[in-house]
Amino acid sequence: MILVLVETGADGAAVTSLETLTFARQLAGRLGTQSVEAMVTGSLEAAATVRDQLAAQGVESVHHAGGPGMDRYSAGAWATALAAVPSDYVMAAGTPRGSEILAHVAARAGTSMAANVVDVVDTDPVTVSRQVMGGAAFEQMRVDGSPTVITVAGHAVEPADAARPSDPAWREFEPELTEADLATAVVRVEEGEADNTSALTGARVVVGAGRGVGGADDFDDLLELTDLLGATLGASRVVTSLGWRPHYEQIGQTGSRISPDVYIACGISGAVQHWAGCQSAKTIVAINTDADAPMVTGADYAIVGDLHEVVPAINEELRRRTAPDAAE
Amino acid sequence: MTNVLICIKRVPEISGEILLSDDQYSIDARHVGYTLSAHDECAIELGVGLAKDTGGHARVLSIGAAGAAEQLRYAVAVGADSATLIEADPEAFGPADVAAAIASEVRQAQMSFELILVGNDAADTGDFQVGVRLAYQLDRPVLTGINTAEIRDATVLARGAGPQGVDVFEIPLPALIAVQEGGVEPRYPSIRGRMKAKRLKIEQKAAPLEPAGSGRVRLTLPEPKPSTVHMLGEGPDAAPALVDVLARSGVLNR
Repeated sequence: MILVLVETGADGAAVTSLETLTFARQLAGRLGTQSVEAMVTGSLEAAATVRDQLAAQGVESVHHAGGPGMDRYSAGAWATALAAVPSDYVMAAGTPRGSEILAHVAARAGTSMAANVVDVVDTDPVTVSRQVMGGAAFEQMRVDGSPTVITVAGHAVEPADAARPSDPAWREFEPELTEADLATAVVRVEEGEADNTSALTGARVVVGAGRGVGGADDFDDLLELTDLLGATLGASRVVTSLGWRPHYEQIGQTGSRISPDVYIACGISGAVQHWAGCQSAKTIVAINTDADAPMVTGADYAIVGDLHEVVPAINEELRRRTAPDAAE
Repeated sequence: MTNVLICIKRVPEISGEILLSDDQYSIDARHVGYTLSAHDECAIELGVGLAKDTGGHARVLSIGAAGAAEQLRYAVAVGADSATLIEADPEAFGPADVAAAIASEVRQAQMSFELILVGNDAADTGDFQVGVRLAYQLDRPVLTGINTAEIRDATVLARGAGPQGVDVFEIPLPALIAVQEGGVEPRYPSIRGRMKAKRLKIEQKAAPLEPAGSGRVRLTLPEPKPSTVHMLGEGPDAAPALVDVLARSGVLNR
C-alpha cells in the first residue's frame, strides 16, 4: 500500500499533495499490486472538499489522525501518525513540511529517504530519479529499507483525477503521541511573512523581478503589470538577498518552484539556480537589456530593452486593450 | 552560555554550466570551484550570533575532502571560534552516514554543544534529512526551516515561515535546528576575520565510521535545449507584440 500524506488548508488539499496522489496512483497502476491510501491530520478546515478531492483521486481509504495533539503542527506527531498505518511506500510532497515529516519517518524506521523524486525508474530494488543541484541535474538513487520513503518534487506530474472516482473508507483515529512528539509543536503563529509559496506555485501568471529593477523603490511598474494581469510577483535571489522584496517571493533553488502558464522575467539574468525554479513554466518571456543573457536565450519570447521603458509600454497596451470600450 | 556547533558542507558552485565526471557519479567542479549553501551561510551567521550573545563558543564542522578547509576558514573569517574537519570522501557518505559521523564527533568532543545548527538542505544533494537524523542519533528535539532563533534560559525560541504566517517554536536545550535562508543576513568577512581564519589551526580527524552510502547510482543532466527564443523586438515598441503573446496564451483579464 502507498500511503500519501495530504497537506490541507482552508481551500482543501494542497495542489502539491494532489500532484503526489497522482504520482502515487500512476506508480500503483504500474505495480499492479498496490493501492493508494491518504493520511490527513488535525482539525480539517474543509473536510467536505478534501473528501471530494481524495475521492476524485481514486484513493481507497483515508486515515484522519485527530485528537488534541494533532491540532498544532509538530513534525514528530505527524510522523507518528504515518507510522501507525503500516505501508510499503510513504510519500509526501516535497514541501517544507512534507520533507520534514518524512525525514522523521525515515530516521525512525532506519530507512533511506529520497527527496524531490520525479520518477520511480525501477521497483526491485526501488530506484528513483530525483532532482539534485536545485533541479539542474538528476540523480538515480536506490532507496533502501521498508517502507520506501519518498518526497515528490513539485510539478513532477500534473494533478489529474482518476479515471473512476472512489468512495474512500474514512477512518478516524488518534495516534499515540509521546512527549517528544509534542515538544516541537508550533506554540503560536504570528502575523508576518507567511510561507506563501502556494500563491507563487499555483499562479497562472508570474511576473519575475531581477537585479535589473534597480532598487527597492523601483517596483511600481512591475507591480502595476502584476495587477493588470492578475499575476503574482516573484523575484530572483539577488532581489531578496538585497532586501528589495521579501524572501517568500524568491523563485529558484532556495525559493519556490513555479509552473505558471506564463512567466515574465524582467531584468533577470537567468542563473542556473533561477532556472531551477522557473523551468516548468509553459511559456517564458524575458525582458532584458542583454540579448545574450541565459534568461533570454532560454526563453520562448524576449524583448531586448530596459524594463523601465518596456514594462510601462506593456502596461499602457494592456490598459488600452482591456478598457471597457476597447474595440477588438 | 551556549556553545554552538555549526555543521556546513562544501558544495560545487553551480551558477554556471554543470559538468559531470566521466563516470557520471559526481559533479566535475574543477572549473567552477566550491562554495557554501545559502542555508549554511545563514546557519553560520545565526550560530555565531547566538554564541556571542551568550558568551559561548561557536565551532564549525564539516565532513568532506581536505578542500573543505576553505569553507571552514570562511566560517571562521565571519566569526566562528574554531573549526573541525572530518576528512572523508563526500560522495561515499549518505545523509545517514553524515548524521552518524557528526553524532560520534559530538559525543567525543570535550566541549558540550547545547545547540547544533545545520543548513536546511544541501545545495548539491538536497537530501533534507541530515538535521533530523542527527537529532535522532543524539536524542534531541529538532526543528527545520528555521529563519531566526534566540536563547531563553534553557530553551531556544525559533521562528520559521509556516503556511499561515510565522510559526513560533520553543524547544528545550540541548537542541538541533536546521536553518533556512531568509531570516538573517550573512556578513562578509572583515580583514581581521580573514587574518584570524588564515592563522587558525583546523582540527583534522579521520571519519569515525565506514559509510553505508547514499544509494546514488549515477547523475544525469537534462538534455540541453537549443535556444528557440522568438525575439519580439527592442524597447517599448515591442510591447504590443508581447501583449499579443499574452492574449494567445489566454491569460489576459477580460
